Amino acid sequence: MIKFDNVSKRYPGGHQALSQVSFELREGEMAFLTGRSGAGKSTLLKLIMLMEKANQGQILVNGKNLARLPRGQIPFYRRRIGVVFQDHQLLFDRSVFENVALPLQIEGYPKHEADRRVRAALDKVGLLKKEKMNPMALSGGEQQRIGIARAVVNRPQILLADEPTGNLDPELAAETMLLFEQFNQVGVSMLIASHDLSLITRLRHRILTLHNGQLIKDAVYHTAPEPAGGMN
Amino acid sequence: MGGNLLSLWQSHRQIARQSLEKLLKTPVATAMTVAVIGIALLLPAGLFVAMDNVRNLSSGFNSFTQITLYLRDEVSQAEGEALHGQLLTRDNIAESRYISAAQAAEDFQAYSGLGDVISQLEENPLPAVIVLTPVSIASDEVALLLGELATLPEVESAQLDLEWIERLQRFLQLSERAAIALMLIFSLAVLFVVGNTIRLAIESRRAEIVVVKLVGGTDAYVARPFLYTGTWYGLAGGLLAWLLLGLIMLTLHRPVIELLALYDSQYNVHGLTLLSSLALLGGAALLGWLGAWISVRQHLAAIEPR
Repeated sequence: MIKFDNVSKRYPGGHQALSQVSFELREGEMAFLTGRSGAGKSTLLKLIMLMEKANQGQILVNGKNLARLPRGQIPFYRRRIGVVFQDHQLLFDRSVFENVALPLQIEGYPKHEADRRVRAALDKVGLLKKEKMNPMALSGGEQQRIGIARAVVNRPQILLADEPTGNLDPELAAETMLLFEQFNQVGVSMLIASHDLSLITRLRHRILTLHNGQLIKDAVYHTAPEPAGGMN
Repeated sequence: MGGNLLSLWQSHRQIARQSLEKLLKTPVATAMTVAVIGIALLLPAGLFVAMDNVRNLSSGFNSFTQITLYLRDEVSQAEGEALHGQLLTRDNIAESRYISAAQAAEDFQAYSGLGDVISQLEENPLPAVIVLTPVSIASDEVALLLGELATLPEVESAQLDLEWIERLQRFLQLSERAAIALMLIFSLAVLFVVGNTIRLAIESRRAEIVVVKLVGGTDAYVARPFLYTGTWYGLAGGLLAWLLLGLIMLTLHRPVIELLALYDSQYNVHGLTLLSSLALLGGAALLGWLGAWISVRQHLAAIEPR
């Protein structure tokens, strides 16, 4: 589904964010991406979203080489990928419902079809009763769930999440992960960046560990390991 | 998937409505922009109406087209009057007036203030003339008639009194060009006003643009609300210009008619016709759209998710 082959990213100014990263996320697989702040997690996700371009190596998503994707195709490519942002990226000039409906609106779904899907997504994240409210009036956890509903509303094949539990208390964080697992069970491939090792190691999925831009570990944890040198 | 024509239409309608609602949410700022556009459009629209009226008025002047036939000296008064009678029966001549040489001399004495000059001359130097008004005022027909009349045996020469009309036409042509130049300049001003307003709108909605691009909005989709906003600005400005022009016409109508009446004119001043009103509104909307389009092209591409 997602294949990184010796990918490096250096930002203008010289910061080497990723060095020769290679891994493959298979279809329907769920994996976590961990590492300290600045280890390159966000950069890796940005490369998949084509918010940044790699300087070296090759990224294949769904068999397509991202380096060869014409600029005009980027929006259509992004529609197949749901993204949950740490800072939610919600629009506060519209209701919860309209926020979640945005991807469908962009794709030009007929209204009745869009409404049905938005309600289904809101129901899934438990916010159906708050659809008319402004996201500003909701808690951080609820805002996060609006972001998740928006990311899954057009049924993407791939779901990316950047520190989705970063601002949540442990209970809410666990709930959010549970929600992700449910999406994964219906076949969505998932890559979730998180530094919350104690949480993600409990979940028994594949964990990719980045350190200074290099992929230093790629393993499935079955038991909670000792957090390696301040990675928490 | 969903992208059919109906949903595209729904989407356009929704975005058009949303962008209008957004403008109405900030009525003062919107009103100021609309006022600037309206006033910028008022001048060219007003010039257009003025030119249109003057053109209509001056085409009425053509009925003053006169042909003067200077008769040969040897043509007697009786022969002259006979010719005058004969010309009157023609279909292509509306009016004819015979002025004998003696009458001409009297008129000259009465009106020119040089009466003494004539009375000192032994012989009357003025020829008898017939002054004609042709039915048709089309220049080629008038020219044809003129040529024909010039060959009549009694006629020394035939002259068309068109010079002043020609001068007027030239002057009108010149003013028309000036008006067109002004229209272009002020249209450009409208483009800049809308373009700058849209630039600010793009700046203030940067976060929204980023989100829309992140969830797969195409450049066209991102641009659409701004293009509608520009179109609304243009349309509202056009409407304002139209209303102001109507108001000006209402206040100027009577004085202008009274002024024209002093010149014995029955001419009735008119404002914008339905067609030119529609052209004004359509043109204004188009200018708004174009201004937005230019701005969108320049500034939207620079906003990418980071």
